Amino acid sequence: MNNFSYTQATTAKEATRQRKDEPTAAYIAGGTTLLDLMKANLEEHAQLIDINLLPFKGVEQTKDGLRIGAMERMNDVGEHALVRELFPAVSESLLLAASPQLRNMASIGGNILQRTRCGYFRDAAFPCNKRVPGSGCPALQGDNHNLAILGTSEACIATAYPGDLAVALTAFDAVLTLENPKGKQRRVPVTEFYLLPGTTPQRETVLEPGELIVAVTLPLTAHARRSTYLKVRERASYAYALASAAVGLDVQSGTIRAARVALGGVGTRPWRSPEAEKVLTGAPATEATFRAAAAAALQGAQPREHNRYKVELAQNTLVRALQQVAG
Amino acid sequence: MNTETEPAFFETNAAPGVVGQPLSRVDGRAKVTGQAKYSAEYNHLPGLAHAVFKTSDVAKGRITGFDASAAQRVPGVLAILTHQNLPQPAVSPNTPEGKKTIGMGVQMGFLPLTSDQIHYAAQPVAMVVADTLEHAQHAAALLRVQVAPEAPTASYQDAKAQRFDPSKGKGAGEGRGNAAAAFASAPIQLSGTYTHALNHHNPMEPGATTAHWEAPDRLLVYDTAQGMAWMQKSLSKMLGLPADQVRVITKYLGGGFGCKGSTWPHTILTVLAAKAVGRPVKLALTRPQMFTGMGHREDQEQTLRLGATKDGKLLALLHEKTSTTSPWDDYAETNAKIIGMLYQCPAFEAKLQLARANVMTSTYMRAPGEAPGSFALESAMDDLAYRVGVDPIQIRLLNHADKDPSTGKPWSSKSLKQCYQRGAELFGWSQRNAQNGQTRDGKLLVGWGMATASYPVHSGQGNARVRLYADGHAVAQAAATDLGTGTYTVMTQVAADALGLTPDKVRFELGDTVLPTTIISGGSMAAGTVSSSVYLAAQDAWQKLIKVAVMDAKSPLFRAKPADVEVVQGRLQLKATPGKGEDFAALMKRAGLDDVEGMATGRYGAGYESAQAALNAKSDDAGKDDAGQHSMHSFGAHFCEVKVDPELGTVRVTKWVSVIAGGRILNPKTARSQIMGGAIMGIGAALMEQTVRDQNLARYTNASLADYHIPVNADVPDMTVEFIDEHDPYINAMGVKGIGEVSIVGTAAAVGNAIFHATGRRLRSLPITPDKVLDALRQPA
Repeated sequence: MNNFSYTQATTAKEATRQRKDEPTAAYIAGGTTLLDLMKANLEEHAQLIDINLLPFKGVEQTKDGLRIGAMERMNDVGEHALVRELFPAVSESLLLAASPQLRNMASIGGNILQRTRCGYFRDAAFPCNKRVPGSGCPALQGDNHNLAILGTSEACIATAYPGDLAVALTAFDAVLTLENPKGKQRRVPVTEFYLLPGTTPQRETVLEPGELIVAVTLPLTAHARRSTYLKVRERASYAYALASAAVGLDVQSGTIRAARVALGGVGTRPWRSPEAEKVLTGAPATEATFRAAAAAALQGAQPREHNRYKVELAQNTLVRALQQVAG
Repeated sequence: MNTETEPAFFETNAAPGVVGQPLSRVDGRAKVTGQAKYSAEYNHLPGLAHAVFKTSDVAKGRITGFDASAAQRVPGVLAILTHQNLPQPAVSPNTPEGKKTIGMGVQMGFLPLTSDQIHYAAQPVAMVVADTLEHAQHAAALLRVQVAPEAPTASYQDAKAQRFDPSKGKGAGEGRGNAAAAFASAPIQLSGTYTHALNHHNPMEPGATTAHWEAPDRLLVYDTAQGMAWMQKSLSKMLGLPADQVRVITKYLGGGFGCKGSTWPHTILTVLAAKAVGRPVKLALTRPQMFTGMGHREDQEQTLRLGATKDGKLLALLHEKTSTTSPWDDYAETNAKIIGMLYQCPAFEAKLQLARANVMTSTYMRAPGEAPGSFALESAMDDLAYRVGVDPIQIRLLNHADKDPSTGKPWSSKSLKQCYQRGAELFGWSQRNAQNGQTRDGKLLVGWGMATASYPVHSGQGNARVRLYADGHAVAQAAATDLGTGTYTVMTQVAADALGLTPDKVRFELGDTVLPTTIISGGSMAAGTVSSSVYLAAQDAWQKLIKVAVMDAKSPLFRAKPADVEVVQGRLQLKATPGKGEDFAALMKRAGLDDVEGMATGRYGAGYESAQAALNAKSDDAGKDDAGQHSMHSFGAHFCEVKVDPELGTVRVTKWVSVIAGGRILNPKTARSQIMGGAIMGIGAALMEQTVRDQNLARYTNASLADYHIPVNADVPDMTVEFIDEHDPYINAMGVKGIGEVSIVGTAAAVGNAIFHATGRRLRSLPITPDKVLDALRQPA
C-alpha cells in the first residue's frame, strides 16, 4: 500500500473538483472494496476523497419509481420497509450479501462498483488482462471454479461484478443517476452500465473519470413486488454466489403476464436474460415453463474445466426462484 | 461422578473441588477488554522497527537481482535485506545435518533468504525494515525482484511429479498378517479412493515475531509459539547461543491448530533482521502470507481396501496414501496409524507415496493423520454396514477392538461403547430409517450419519513450580501456552484443588521460557502434562511443609512420621487421627516461612497410583512403566444430521452430537468449547475448506479468508457435547487424556455418511461442495 492523502467533501461539486486536481485520486465511501484493493497493491491512489458526507441519501418514492441514494448503507436499504414491500428481491439481495459488519459500512454506490473476486485479478503476482491489459489470463486453463460461463471472452472470464445487489437491479430495470465533474447529471440503465469484457476487460463500466453515482431508481411494477433473490453458496452466509437468480413474475390466473430474470455468479456482468423472459411471458406458470426458461437462459453458456457445474446449478437456481415466486 | 472410582488425589481437598467444574475463563475479562497482550502487541520496545516480507511471484526459479532504487527512497526505510546482505544463521536447516542439530522445533528444511533459490510461490525473497509498518509495506511494494523463472510442479497430480516411497519399502504403519491375501479371499471386498483438499489452519491470530537483542548475545523474542521450549531450542541452535540466552514469550495465542508448533522462517529471519538493523524488529505475517508461511495440511489421496466376512467382521485393511510434499522435506501426516488401531482386524498393510512439488512444506494440523485417515476408514465402515445390512453402530461394535490391534497391548482405558450408546440416545439414533434416500423435509433430503473418533495419548513430560504464600495465596508456573483453549483456567483449577485454595487465590503463569520447561500445546498433550506437573508440584510443596511440621516442637505433628501425615484443604493432619494437626498458614507463620515452593515433573505413563508410589518411594510400583504396558487413547463418537438440496447441491448440517471419553475432564465448559471447535473445523473440512492451487503456476488462487471458506455461525447447528466419566489410573497423575484433537477425528466421515444416508451417493472427495453433490446425483445410486 502506498502513502496517500485523505480529504473530505461535503458536496458533489467539491468532490469532483478535488478529483480533477488529483487525477489518481479515488472516492471512498464505506471503503470495504477500495481498501482491500489498495492493501493488495491492486490499486494505487495518491488521494482518497471521502464522500460519506455527500447528500446522496434517502429512500423515497418519486414519479420515476423508488429512488435510493447512493450513499445509503446496504443494511439500511435492505431493511427499509418500502424496499421490502416494493422490491423484495432487492431487499433480499442486500441482506444475503457479505456480513452485517460489511453491510453496515458499504454504500449502495460502492457496492455497484465492487470488483471481481477472481483470484488471478486479486493477486498481483498473476498475469491478468483486467489488471495489466495484454498480460494474459491464467484462469482460462486454471482455477475457473467460480468464474463466468456467460459473456466471457478469450481475454477474461471473471464475474466482474461478484455481488448480489446489481443482479436484482438488473432484473428490475433500475436506472443509475450519474454526475460528472462539470456538475452534469445523466441517467444510465443498469443493463447498460456494466460492459462485457471483450478485448478490453479493464473497462468494466461506462462510468467516466471523476463521475459519481448519485442514486438508483427502480420503476414500480407488479412483477417487482412479486420477486425474490435466491443465492446458492456452499457456505450458509458470508460468501459470494456460486449462482444466484433475481426473478419477478406478474402472474394472473395462472398465466405469466410479465417476467424479469437476472442471474448472478455466472456472467461476466450481472446477467439479464431476455431469452428466459421471452419463454416465460404469456406462458403458464408451471415447472415445465420454468425449466424451458432456464434452458433458454443458459443456452449460450461456455463452461470450462472447473465451472461446468454452473450450467446445471444456474438453471436449477432459476427454476427454484421462479417456483418460489409463482407460489 | 462416581466416588468409588474417583482417584485418590482429591485427598488434599475433601470439600468439593473446582476441578471438573465449569469455571469461566480466568483470562476472559482480559481478552474482552483488550488487556490481553498478544505477541504482535509489544510496542513498548525502544526504537521498535517494522519488517515486511517481499515474496516471490513465481513458484520456481532463481533470483538474478534486485532493483531497490525506488524502495530505498521511501522515508523511514532502515534496511532492505536479501540473501545477499542478511546476516546468516550459525546453523541453518538447509542441510539434513543442520536440521538435525536444530531439532524438532524446526520442521522446514529450507530457510529462505539464504540463497537465490525460489522453491515455492510467495516464498520470502527480501525483507524491508522501516520505522513504521506503512513505510515498510510501501517500500516492499516498490522493491523490484529480478527472477529467472522455471516451470514449477504443482502437486502430486501433476504429470511432472515424481512419486517416491519415503520409507524405502518399510511401509507407513505397523502392518500385521498378510493383508493382500486376506483381502483376496474375503467374502466382502470394498475399495474406495478418498481425496482430501489442501487445508490451512487459518488461526485468527497470524504468525508474528518481535525480536529484541537485549545484548549482543542475548535474545528476547515475543512470538506466536505453541511450544516455548521448542522455539527456544531451535533459535538457540540456529544462532549458536546457549539456551539460557534465548527467552521466548507467548502470553496469549489466537489459535494455532498446529501451525504455530514449529519455528518457521519468519521468526528466525526477523531475529536476523533485528541483528542487522541493531533495533528491535516486529513482523506479522499478512493473511495471504499465512497461506505460505506456516505450513498446511497436504493435499492427498488415499485408497482403502477393506475385506470382511459376510457378517461384517474385518479380515483385511490395505491402505495407500499419496500426497504432495515440498522440494526439500518428506513430511506427511501418518494416516495409517488410526486405520491400523481403530478396529479389530487381523491383517493390515499401509503404504505411503510422496511427490515433490513447488509448495511450502506441510505440517501438523489438528489430528494430523487421524483426521483424514478417519475420513477414509469411517466412510468405508459405513459402506460395510450398508453392504452387510446392519446399523452403522452395530458394525462398529462388531469390530470393536478390546485391545490395541496394532500393538496387542491392553487399553489404559476405553469407553467407546459408552460413547456410542450415549450419543445414540442424545441423537435419537433409534429412530433412524435403515434405508437411505428415504427421508425428506420439503425439497430437502435428510440424512443421519455417525463415525468413531480416536486420538492417541502422546507421551510428553514437563515441569511445573508451585509457590504457596503464608497469606494463603499461590502462584503456579510452567512455560506452557494457552492456544485460547483454556490452559490458564484449567491449571488455576488444578493448582487451587491441589493446594486446598479457592481459584481466586491462585494465579497460573505461563508463556515464558524463564518458567519451568514443559511440553508444547500440541498433540493434545498440554492438559495432561501440565496439570500433572502442577498437581505433583503442589504435593512437593506439601511434603516440604510436612517435614517442617514434624521437626517443629511446637507443632501438633512434632515427631510424626511424614508418611503418616496428610494434607486436607490446607490442613496438615495425622491420617489416623485427623483431629491432630494444624493449618499450613499457622505453621508457616511460626516457622518464619513467607512461602514454600514445590517443583515436579509430570509425565505420561505415570498414573496417579504409580506417581504416588514414586513420591512415597515405598512401593514396588514406583517407576512402573505404565506407558510401555498400555495403549493410551481417547475415544468418541460423532453423530450428525444433514439436509441436502438435490437441485442446488448444497449441504447443511442441522444437528450435531459428540460424546467423548477423554479421561478426566478438568473443565466441562472449556472442554465443550474445544469439542465444538473441532467438530466445526471438521464440518469445514467436510463441506468447504480447500486451498486451491493453480495447476500451471503452482500458486494459490484463494489465499484470503473471503475466498478460503471456513464455517460461519450460520453453518453451525446447535451442538450437543457430552463427556463420559472416565477414570484412567495409568496415563498421568491427573488422569487427563487431552481432547483438542479427538474432537475433529471422524467428523468429516460423519458428515459424508449422513450425505450417503440422505442421497444414496458416497462422496469420497473433500470438501463435498455443491458441484460434487450435483455430479453425484446425476449418477445412478
